[in-house]
Amino acid sequence: MGESITFWVLAVVSVIAALGLVFSRRAVYSALMLGVVMFSLAVLYAVQDAPFLAAVQIIVYTGAVMMLFLFVLMLVGVDSSDSLVETIRGQRFWAVLAGLAFAALLGLGIGNAVLSPPKGLAAANRAGNVPSLAELIFTRHVFAFEVTSALLITAALGAMVLAHRERAEPKQTQKDLSRARFVRFGQLGRNPGPLPGPGTYARHNAIDMPALLPDGSVSPLSVNRVVARYEAAEGTLPPEVERILQEEALSERANGHVARPLGEEDGK
Amino acid sequence: MTTHYLVLSALLFAIGGVGVLVRRNAIVVFMCVELMLNACNLAFVTFARQNGNLDGQIIAFFVMIVAAAEVVIGLAIIVTIFRTRRSASVDDASLLKY
Repeated sequence: MGESITFWVLAVVSVIAALGLVFSRRAVYSALMLGVVMFSLAVLYAVQDAPFLAAVQIIVYTGAVMMLFLFVLMLVGVDSSDSLVETIRGQRFWAVLAGLAFAALLGLGIGNAVLSPPKGLAAANRAGNVPSLAELIFTRHVFAFEVTSALLITAALGAMVLAHRERAEPKQTQKDLSRARFVRFGQLGRNPGPLPGPGTYARHNAIDMPALLPDGSVSPLSVNRVVARYEAAEGTLPPEVERILQEEALSERANGHVARPLGEEDGK
Repeated sequence: MTTHYLVLSALLFAIGGVGVLVRRNAIVVFMCVELMLNACNLAFVTFARQNGNLDGQIIAFFVMIVAAAEVVIGLAIIVTIFRTRRSASVDDASLLKY
């Protein structure tokens, strides 16, 4: 009884979270949804007499793997949302149809199978789950276990090799950066000093509110670009800031400047 | 009860597969692959209990190890591609096509 209650609650939660993972627009939400799925699967393992796997699932997946995902999301840019344009026509429709068909196929196959009542792990777990698993790992599966160590070392080395980058040019000192800022000031008229801070008005206390210039107009420089992009997508950006940012983007495009990718906001 | 677990596992696997086909962001595609691996693990653990021996749990353990190694390498590749092409979209890494 207790098991079926746990199962139904977690099954609903995990399927909803999996759907959220697939269909949420922002990658960070997807990562959080994946965390929910992994956590509920860990509880399902624990219910099914696999306490060791439940612990490993939480430590390895919700701990290490999720952290890696979030780190890489932060590196790549949190706002890297998907484009809605389909590169292959009808791909989304056919993909969903194939997924439904696959689920139906598996479900019907499983539903038609006649299974004896589960034998249960009471006999196999007599010495305790972890000692029994250890006995199997170090006797029958010892070769696979040894190969695993080679795999992990290879993966660690591979990650280091892939993530390492030779520095092709000398590191820019503060002097170089300052010189470049003033060259840009001379050529493009860009303010060499620090950017103005965001405004905080009486009714808003948020960093997406632009600061006011002495003549009362808003200063688009004071708004964080990432925040502004989010707000523009949600339609909560103050209209005058949106207009100014759009004009700026248009003029930058006209001048042949490419929109600056994240993390390259020079001198900020 | 075994059937219920297996159907849940099949559902999660199918959802993960749809995600791999539908999403463009390489990181999200990767998360969907992880979801599929997790669904398989659930089936392994269920069958371990069904058959009354621990081999299924051992296989699930090895799947977790392989998945961890795969995540490390895959994310390193994504970061490397992002560095050179400034994009994490799977559509943009298409140089070999031409």
